[in-house]
Amino acid sequence: MDRIALKIDNLESYYGPIMAIRGVSLEVREGQIVTILGSNGAGKTTLLKTISGVMMPAKGTIIFNSESIGGLEADKIVKKGLVHVPEGREIFPLLSVYENIILGAYTRTDKNKISVDLEMVYEYFPILQERAKQRAGTLSGGQQQMLAIARGLMSKPDLMLLDEPSLGLSPILVEEIFTILKRLNKEQNVTMLLVEQNARVALELANYGYVMEIGRIVMADKSEKLSQSKDIQEYYLGMSTAGERGQRRYKVRKTWR
Amino acid sequence: MDFIQLAISGLAQGCVYGLIALGFVLIYKATEGVNFAQGDFMMMGAFVTIWLTNAEYLGINFWLAVPIAILIMGILGYLLDMLIIRRMFGQPQIALVILTIALGFIIRFAAGAIWTHEPQLLETPFAGKEVRFLGFVLGFEEVAVIIVTLLLTLFLFLFFKKAKLGKAMQAASQNQLAAYYMGIPVKKIQSLVWALAGAVAAVAGILFASKGAVDPSTGLLGIKAFAAAVIGGFGSLPGALIGGLIIGIIEPFAAYALPAGYSQITPYLIMILVLIFRPAGLFSQMHSKKV
Ligand SMILES: Nc1ncnc2c1ncn2[C@@H]1O[C@H](COP(=O)(O)OP(=O)(O)OP(=O)(O)O)[C@@H](O)[C@H]1O
Ligand SMILES: [Mg+2]
Repeated sequence: MDRIALKIDNLESYYGPIMAIRGVSLEVREGQIVTILGSNGAGKTTLLKTISGVMMPAKGTIIFNSESIGGLEADKIVKKGLVHVPEGREIFPLLSVYENIILGAYTRTDKNKISVDLEMVYEYFPILQERAKQRAGTLSGGQQQMLAIARGLMSKPDLMLLDEPSLGLSPILVEEIFTILKRLNKEQNVTMLLVEQNARVALELANYGYVMEIGRIVMADKSEKLSQSKDIQEYYLGMSTAGERGQRRYKVRKTWR
Repeated sequence: MDFIQLAISGLAQGCVYGLIALGFVLIYKATEGVNFAQGDFMMMGAFVTIWLTNAEYLGINFWLAVPIAILIMGILGYLLDMLIIRRMFGQPQIALVILTIALGFIIRFAAGAIWTHEPQLLETPFAGKEVRFLGFVLGFEEVAVIIVTLLLTLFLFLFFKKAKLGKAMQAASQNQLAAYYMGIPVKKIQSLVWALAGAVAAVAGILFASKGAVDPSTGLLGIKAFAAAVIGGFGSLPGALIGGLIIGIIEPFAAYALPAGYSQITPYLIMILVLIFRPAGLFSQMHSKKV
């Protein structure tokens, strides 16, 4: 049960000359939900892109289900059971909701099982079945986020990379989507690597968490431990304890950039 | 009687415009760019077929030459994208425009060097045959052009509506990054769109050359097809065909009714009117695209 699903060692990634990922190592065990926290520009999205093959790693190894996938093209990686649900609800706006969902299964060849999974997806996201014929671009923000997750599910992933699914959503919708993620993890056995800025909900959902700053992992622990850490409480949970101290630390942090 | 004959030949000519316009729309849908060499692709498709089947060249059986020519043009389209256009990824759209205009010149000069500048007619098994229909005598070529065009447009329409590959092509054009994330091989798909545009151009060329002579500068009528695509709304396949038909039908009547010279202006006049009064084209649904 505790087999390692994803293991990353010393990963480095660049945008031209800019080093965005500076030697990241992390591990996700099967059945787990692991979260990566970090402020804007920390490199969370870049890390996910490098794992899913949208960007090429410059150095380091990525092992998924005991296979090295570093440097493979994205379509090969999707076929192996790793899917990336991107930040900002990247959907196909002029295609229908149904067509969007079905395109998630693009790399699959087991046609009869696809329709079974479609039913499964509709069960988790009934609103998408209701809106199946509608153009995806006309969905609300929350519905588009659901669509992005649903589309990702159609590739029948072992591991799902989720990039800020809570972005720009009301607290109620965030709650709703995270409840569904939890169910998917339990019932469909989808392992998840979840990038979030909303540390509260992320740590509540996840078993384990990493904290990323300017391309590096600066902290790693079980979620409960992280939630209790002073730094996390200050920077990510907004529980600034002593006002003055928080102020000072904030300034120090700013000069890092 | 005269009227009907004029309308039918206009319709047939409009079909050719429509097919070239389809090529414009295909490339536009897939890459958001305009291939200004589409008319020259058509001319080249015509010459490749002439070269394969005419007695003075290879003399291969017509029904064999047609699929070979379509295949050749499809492969050329694929290679063009794979070797040149893909490398311009990330460049501003104007780069593709300039590149395809230059490509058009190259194709024209190359065709002139290989096949001379003499106008040439495609030798078909149905040349000169007639179709009697409701008392009218129609040229077989013209009827064939209309039928083939309708079938091809229907095929393409269904392809984009139903086929997995057609869906993936649309997805890749609407949100390239998301298509990557879903494991759609975006680069290969774009090359396939160029292949499709090449194949459609070949069909247009074959139809054109079966009912009239082609020479290397024939491809310049691509500009009229461009107007047709604009009239139809640049993103709509049936719209492109209808835009082509409108121009094709109006042309002979304008030539009949207007003083010499003025009729040439009509396609562009219609295009400008459409751009003023219905900028998204006659047949495209208005949609706001995500940037
Ligand atoms: N296309 C790009 N070209 C150059 N630099 C980039 C590009 N995309 C991101 N970067 C830089 O790489 C760094 C990491 O960016 P990334 O998007 O991975 O951050 P992030 O942690 O996902 O931030 P956010 O929480 O705002 O989404 C940033 O400094 C950013 O400016
Ligand atoms: Mg990000």
